[in-house]
Amino acid sequence: MPLKTEPITINVGPQHPSTHGVFRMRVTFDGEEVIDVEPIFGYLHRGSEKLAESRTYTQIVTLTDRMDYVASMNSNMSYILSVEKLEGIEPAPRGVWLRMIAAELQRIGSHLVATGFFLQDLGALGTPLIFTMRERELILELFERLCGARITNSYMRPGGVFMDAPDDFWPALDRVLAELPHRIDEYEQLISGNEIVAVRCDGVAVVDSQTLINASATGPILRASGVDWDLRHRQPYEYYDRIKFHRPLATASDNYARYIIRIHEMRESLKIIRQCIDQIEPGPVRPQEVPSLIRPPAGDAYVGTESPKGELGFYLVSDGGVAPYRFKVRAPSLINLTLLRDMVIGYKLADLFVTFGSIDINMGEVDR
Amino acid sequence: MSSSTAFTASGQELATEIEAIASQAVTATGDYDVWVAPDRLVDVMTGLRDSGFEMLIGVTGVDYIGYFEVVYHLLSLSQNRRATVKVRCGEGRNDPAVPSVMEVWRGAQLQEREVYDLMGIRFEGHDDMKRIFLWEGFEGHPLRKDFL
Repeated sequence: MPLKTEPITINVGPQHPSTHGVFRMRVTFDGEEVIDVEPIFGYLHRGSEKLAESRTYTQIVTLTDRMDYVASMNSNMSYILSVEKLEGIEPAPRGVWLRMIAAELQRIGSHLVATGFFLQDLGALGTPLIFTMRERELILELFERLCGARITNSYMRPGGVFMDAPDDFWPALDRVLAELPHRIDEYEQLISGNEIVAVRCDGVAVVDSQTLINASATGPILRASGVDWDLRHRQPYEYYDRIKFHRPLATASDNYARYIIRIHEMRESLKIIRQCIDQIEPGPVRPQEVPSLIRPPAGDAYVGTESPKGELGFYLVSDGGVAPYRFKVRAPSLINLTLLRDMVIGYKLADLFVTFGSIDINMGEVDR
Repeated sequence: MSSSTAFTASGQELATEIEAIASQAVTATGDYDVWVAPDRLVDVMTGLRDSGFEMLIGVTGVDYIGYFEVVYHLLSLSQNRRATVKVRCGEGRNDPAVPSVMEVWRGAQLQEREVYDLMGIRFEGHDDMKRIFLWEGFEGHPLRKDFL
């Protein structure tokens, strides 16, 4: 006798341990299988873009910290580059190297969060997460030495950074760089060959690169589908053209590929930091002639940089005043979610969170 | 040091390319951006996508008091260059509307909803033109200059 079934629509979130923040999905199931997903955004919308219109360019740095709060240095950097382009500022070299070191450390931190929570969503409740959080603690302590704040740093300013690294920062950085590779190897040993991870992630939520490009997806999600596109390499900003690093690529474009790319990118970031340490010279961290109150000439500027989540860009329109006329964030987290529906339909409820976690988003950036 | 305009198509180059795709569609040319007539937008964008701009990076709405402007940032991965195309709409703040480019680039889907939600510019042809961050029933469009 055939069972009579009917699809059921359930709310996932906004309070949910696996939604990477306050995110809501209205999911329709046929048994365990997802047949429709409607993402609902806006639970963390704070009106950052409107707030920025009444803040000076330097004050807005604090707003950018709080968007992608897991990768604040990268958000800072992207914003500061836009301001520098708009105003025509040439930053101080030492400031640039410090920015790069901070951004790459933050990239490692963000990928550690992504990896830890990805594994938690898979069901390894807590253990890998505690390991990655332990490593992230090392990085957050470095940031505390560097600028006084662990998470929402507001470290960067137009022209460079706001203060030089104290003397005890460099030996501490060396200690962390010595320890991290061994820890990342540990993850690979424990996780990458793990049969459960492989069975649950291989071949799940595959998207082809053409669809990803057409849906404006950028970052590790795009590189996991074989597209060799990394802004640090293709359209170098800061001093990335003086750095040699590999760009991890995968072709499978499934959950496993998206996870493994981040592991490899962490290693590449370590290489980048070492090269920055070798090339940094003493000097001022910010040019003297940059005024504290910036009034860029009327015009607009957009700069896109490679944040851990994808292309993060800030489009600034100036009317000559001390605050921007329009402040727009090109948020990779929101845009990468365009394909969420396509990626989860046909798979099971358990895969929904894993796929969502593999895209690696941050609600602060999605909603702003 | 900053890549700034190194990977950006100049206004002149872009205007020439667009002229080849859709004649008379360009209404103005700047140093690094062009303005296009709204009714030719979909043709222009389809042509630009097919001639190498595979990715739509961003859709932004700007409120210039007397009119609205929608700014499209494009990226060509194969040619490694960016382009900026702008469209003016809503003269006198009157019902700003622009054709949707969702059919050209799927990536416009959520971004156009955001511009509608916060700026009030409607995208005709979008399959799900509703608010994205603010709740249904919210009145007004916060990013507009007259919303206080």
